[in-house]
Amino acid sequence: MFAMENYHRATDLNDAVRALAAHPEARVLAGGTDVLIRLREGDGAFAHLVDINGLDELRQIDMDTSGTIRIGALATCTRIIEHEIIRSHLPVIAASLATIGGPQIRNIATMGGNICNGAVSADSACALLILDTELVIQGPAGERTVPILGFHTGPGRTILRRDEILKYFLFRPGQYRGIGAAYCKYAMRSAMDIATIGCGAALRMEGDIITSLKLAFTVAAPTPVRCPRTEEAAAGRRLDEETLALLAGIVEDDVQPRTSWRAERDFRMHIIRTLVQRVTREAANQQGGN
Amino acid sequence: MQQLPITLRINGRAYSMDVDVRTSLLELLRGLGFTSVKEGCGVGECGACTVLVDGVAVDSCLYLAVWADKRAIRTVEGECADGRLSPVQEAYIEEGAVQCGFCTPGLVMTTTSFLEQRENTPLTREEIARGHAGNLCRCTGYQTIIRAVQRAADKQRRSGRR
Repeated sequence: MFAMENYHRATDLNDAVRALAAHPEARVLAGGTDVLIRLREGDGAFAHLVDINGLDELRQIDMDTSGTIRIGALATCTRIIEHEIIRSHLPVIAASLATIGGPQIRNIATMGGNICNGAVSADSACALLILDTELVIQGPAGERTVPILGFHTGPGRTILRRDEILKYFLFRPGQYRGIGAAYCKYAMRSAMDIATIGCGAALRMEGDIITSLKLAFTVAAPTPVRCPRTEEAAAGRRLDEETLALLAGIVEDDVQPRTSWRAERDFRMHIIRTLVQRVTREAANQQGGN
Repeated sequence: MQQLPITLRINGRAYSMDVDVRTSLLELLRGLGFTSVKEGCGVGECGACTVLVDGVAVDSCLYLAVWADKRAIRTVEGECADGRLSPVQEAYIEEGAVQCGFCTPGLVMTTTSFLEQRENTPLTREEIARGHAGNLCRCTGYQTIIRAVQRAADKQRRSGRR
């Protein structure tokens, strides 16, 4: 038995928001792969739940005529990974989600949950950051749209208010068209593990000149981060060993990795320097492939 | 605590009942006598509690019983029809992929779903390993399990039946 004290099964999104507004101590239950574990461990912060698991209105994956792609917050990792629109247009999203847990977890875990739980190691966070994804959030007074950059505010914390629910992710064609993008998760095991460091890169090239680089890391700071100094230094440079070595030096100013039982700070910094080069190179290869 | 009415099918048979909302699908199934469903870690890491929900493999320890409303659940008890083992079960035996057996029901269900989603597509060892990464086995070292999956895939291709 899960140690719940209060359970509300939402009938639709508005009902869920109303229930959250009425019960300030309540938390959202989506795929359950984080919340049910916390509850099993007796974490009282999750004893009051508003269950949105059954809300099919938050599961859509589609593209409008302008090319904007929408992924519902409750779409499961597996469904996103296998979806034709995502495979064709957002392969880096599929690649990122494929590194989460194992098959059974990906079959129920949602990308919304991966972001809203505020995890510093969220595998989808790098891909969402380098695509400048927008998040549409529903609250009691209506909806608001915010950029993913700034959504995370600290370990386990986001800008979501207690009575707000993430509805869907928006990907604009100007962000995903014509880029090459890649994600690399460095972890001790190749499945069922949490990233020691995650790195994503999205690259635009003209010939062998980088016109823009977007670079993001997880577990490299108190939140998933973009790397403005490195990105600025990359623009206009030739993609070669010299540039990659330069970026590997600059990136140290964009991140603040820490020591934990999983890895020492210095080791994490070594991985970060290595991944900047590897993932930028891989992003360039992906552009060639599109 | 709150009870909610649910109706579901388990291995083809219909059930209707009221369940306490705090119950996991694992607890519900074991309570009904489907004791092939094992609780290993209880936190979605070992896969011993894997069952199929509408054909999709899930860890039943991390699945609320109320979510199973109007869904079809399959456990290993239902894979044996008219006294005949499924091709997956046969392949596990033939390859000696069972030692203590605690992980076996979960693995058999993972393999069953894995192969149903990849009918008539050639499988690499890497794909099989990735497709079974959510199931831990402390005995076999996995080599026999991977061979069993390959053998079950061959059987299905040959016989054309699941």
